[in-house]
Amino acid sequence: MLEVSGLTVRHGQLEALANVSLALAQGETVAMIGANGAGKSTLLRTIAGLHRPAAGTIRLAGRDITGLPVHARVALGLVLVPEGRRLFGSLTLEENLLVGAVRGRPGRWDTARVFELFPWMAERRSRPTIHLSGGEQQAVAIGRALMANPRVLLLDELSLGLAPALVQRLYDVLPQLLEAGMSLLLVEQDVSQALRVADRAHCLLEGRITLSGRPRDLSPVEVEAAYFGLTAGPT
Amino acid sequence: MQWVNAIVQGILLGGLYALFACGLSLMFGVMRVVNLAHGDFAVLAAYLALAVITGLHVPMLWSALIVAPLFAGLGYVVQRVIIQRSLDVSPVTTLLVTFGLSIVLQNGMLEAFSANSHSLPSGVLAAGSFRLSPQLSVGYLSLIVFAAAVALIAGLQLFLSRAPLGRRIRAAADDPEAAAIVGTDVRHVFGIAAAIAFATVALAGIAFGGYSSFDPAAGPQRLIFAFEAVVIGGIGSLWGTLLGGIILGVAQALGAQVDSGFGVLAGHLVFLAVLALRPSGLFRVRLT
Amino acid sequence: MSEPTPRPIRVTRSRRPATASAVLSAIAVVALLSLPYVVYANVTSLLVNLFILLVLATMWNLLAGYAGLVSVGQQAYIGLGAYIVLVLAQNGVSPFLGIPLAAAGCAIAALPLSLLVFRLRNEYFAIGTWVVAEAVQLIAVRFPSLGGGTGASLPGLGGWDPALRLALTYWAALAVVVLALAGAYLLLRSRLGLDLTAIRDDEVGARSVGVGVSRAKRIVYVVAAGGAGAAGSLLIISQLNVQAGSVFSVQWSAYMIFVAVIGGLGTIEGPILGTVIFFALQQTLAERGAWYLVVVGGLAVLIAMYAPQGLWGLVSERFDLRLFPVGYWLHGDDAHTEGFFGRLRRLVGRD
Repeated sequence: MLEVSGLTVRHGQLEALANVSLALAQGETVAMIGANGAGKSTLLRTIAGLHRPAAGTIRLAGRDITGLPVHARVALGLVLVPEGRRLFGSLTLEENLLVGAVRGRPGRWDTARVFELFPWMAERRSRPTIHLSGGEQQAVAIGRALMANPRVLLLDELSLGLAPALVQRLYDVLPQLLEAGMSLLLVEQDVSQALRVADRAHCLLEGRITLSGRPRDLSPVEVEAAYFGLTAGPT
Repeated sequence: MQWVNAIVQGILLGGLYALFACGLSLMFGVMRVVNLAHGDFAVLAAYLALAVITGLHVPMLWSALIVAPLFAGLGYVVQRVIIQRSLDVSPVTTLLVTFGLSIVLQNGMLEAFSANSHSLPSGVLAAGSFRLSPQLSVGYLSLIVFAAAVALIAGLQLFLSRAPLGRRIRAAADDPEAAAIVGTDVRHVFGIAAAIAFATVALAGIAFGGYSSFDPAAGPQRLIFAFEAVVIGGIGSLWGTLLGGIILGVAQALGAQVDSGFGVLAGHLVFLAVLALRPSGLFRVRLT
Repeated sequence: MSEPTPRPIRVTRSRRPATASAVLSAIAVVALLSLPYVVYANVTSLLVNLFILLVLATMWNLLAGYAGLVSVGQQAYIGLGAYIVLVLAQNGVSPFLGIPLAAAGCAIAALPLSLLVFRLRNEYFAIGTWVVAEAVQLIAVRFPSLGGGTGASLPGLGGWDPALRLALTYWAALAVVVLALAGAYLLLRSRLGLDLTAIRDDEVGARSVGVGVSRAKRIVYVVAAGGAGAAGSLLIISQLNVQAGSVFSVQWSAYMIFVAVIGGLGTIEGPILGTVIFFALQQTLAERGAWYLVVVGGLAVLIAMYAPQGLWGLVSERFDLRLFPVGYWLHGDDAHTEGFFGRLRRLVGRD
């Protein structure tokens, strides 16, 4: 579904990503783990179209989308849930969701379905989102992304700043998204959470993938080594 | 009675200032751009309306039907080609570029139309008036302009808060990157917002041309009055802008009543007083 | 990743010794000083106009290029400076003595006015300063003794020999230019210059590391007002009369902005180059009326959009040239070529 090959991204003199390749099959969940500054967010933002790569290609369902602007990627079914939620402060909850549907593909997701997924939203639909808790805001951000009926959903730091119980509740809805054949690429600092839900995981260190595999095949020692770069990880 | 008359005329004049301020307020609210060529574009619209009126022999009000859409198109192009590019460089650049544009427009119009002043032939509108009492009469034109300002602000407010496109404009204004992430073509949406703003500039320019005479150098003062209306009313509030325009208009009319040379200065002094005492404006109402 | 052993690093102001520019500047000043003995007065009169513009552009560059304050209202201080000289001369003070007094008066007036206009953030600051200029003009024309709207002529220089008066005017203008450039140079090399550079690069960041952002901006605003006041006093002395509509015209803002933008914001050399280009265009297009402002304005718009560092920026980038170095250079092994992050890493690694 999503194919990234040889992706290199530079911020000025700094090489944020170096020759990163990965693939995401339909209905698959892939997790990117890594320390702060390893390039995880840069990877998702580049796939979404917010950074121009210096080299490499991004393909969605076989089509090369490397040069497409952000909004055009949304129309093709590639949607990012950004780090820090980034809800629209002057819009109500429902309006936030509706803006998400502007360029989306036709499909099963609409406000009614999102309200089914998060029942508490229905009665607060016409309130602004600034008064919501962090976890509720994160749910709105997910709902807003779903409104575009994505084929691939990019989730950036879902758990950032949230209490563990809330994180758990958000992760509990992920299987319902996968039912319809959506693919998930998630970036997470909470390694154990990521490894629990992912089919496959990659570890990023200083812009390079240092470890890849199925969670059950990865030993904690290996993960720790790749995460912190203690030894040369298997590539 | 003279004073009452001054207040009434001032209130109506405030409608014209609010008309000018709408576009300024919208451009700043959505794109964070202060278009320093705002007034010069309005003067350009007045010249365009003059050409339409004399060329096609249509009444003044009808010329708006041609000039406003043309200006909407112009606004979209100016936004996409010039302002967006400047925004990508830095916010300061938008000021430098729109100021440069202002000087280019002024001097270009000076070469094209000469320094002579013109006014739009408004026919019966200019002469006709409602006589409320022997000393107090209200011109048709100023009444129409005031009503147009109120209708425009109400319409803009409704459009921004209710229409799907208005919602997208608000989203793009809140957080352009997040709007792009959820599928909004932010540059296009900014272009549309600029198109709407420029259409209001055209209306303001035509109203101004009907009110009084204009020449190529008249733009900066229009910009300043619009700006004063925005700040007095409270930045970001469209209805506040109307009230700001009215306060400015009344201050100028009363000042002129004291001494014919004191009108504009009285407006500036009210503005500076508001800035000193209530820098966030008199009416703090949210845009939406 | 094995780093090569770093060689000692030197930090200097310029890549070449600054003495070269100092000697060049001194020669230029001496040459300019002797001009009234060499050329006709029409040349020096033209240079007076050029100097006035250079002073204005240098001050505006301090405001916008360093403090991020885009003012469209510096004509308030040009007019104020001119009228201060007029009032002093009407009371028997020599106009030449009026120049420093006008500069000081404008700087003092700028202090309370800064309290007002600084309430407007960023974009709205520009129009706010413009309104202040309009208001000052409208107040100035309300005094009949100042000539009202029709203008007044400057007393006190009538009995002078024209050649001497023109030469003195020229020397006074030259002195103001040298002071303005040297002042800007020293200001930017001082602690304040460092603060301003930090503000220009990242205002929020600068604030968080303890840079007094509003203090630094206020100092620059006051200094720029003094400079504009000096320029205004030169204006009335060179023209021997003052007219409110002309000294308070927003056209002055157009001139200084175009000069600074075309030459290059954020460098001392930029406004010098910009002034020369502006003058050349003005002289070339003199017969074409207002078209020269269309051309110069269009040029400034294009440069602001496509080459924001200005023409001097392009030149200094290409030839690695700095006449008035206000930044710092690191001399290490290949400290220059490896870029900022490389240099930074090296510095941090050594400490």
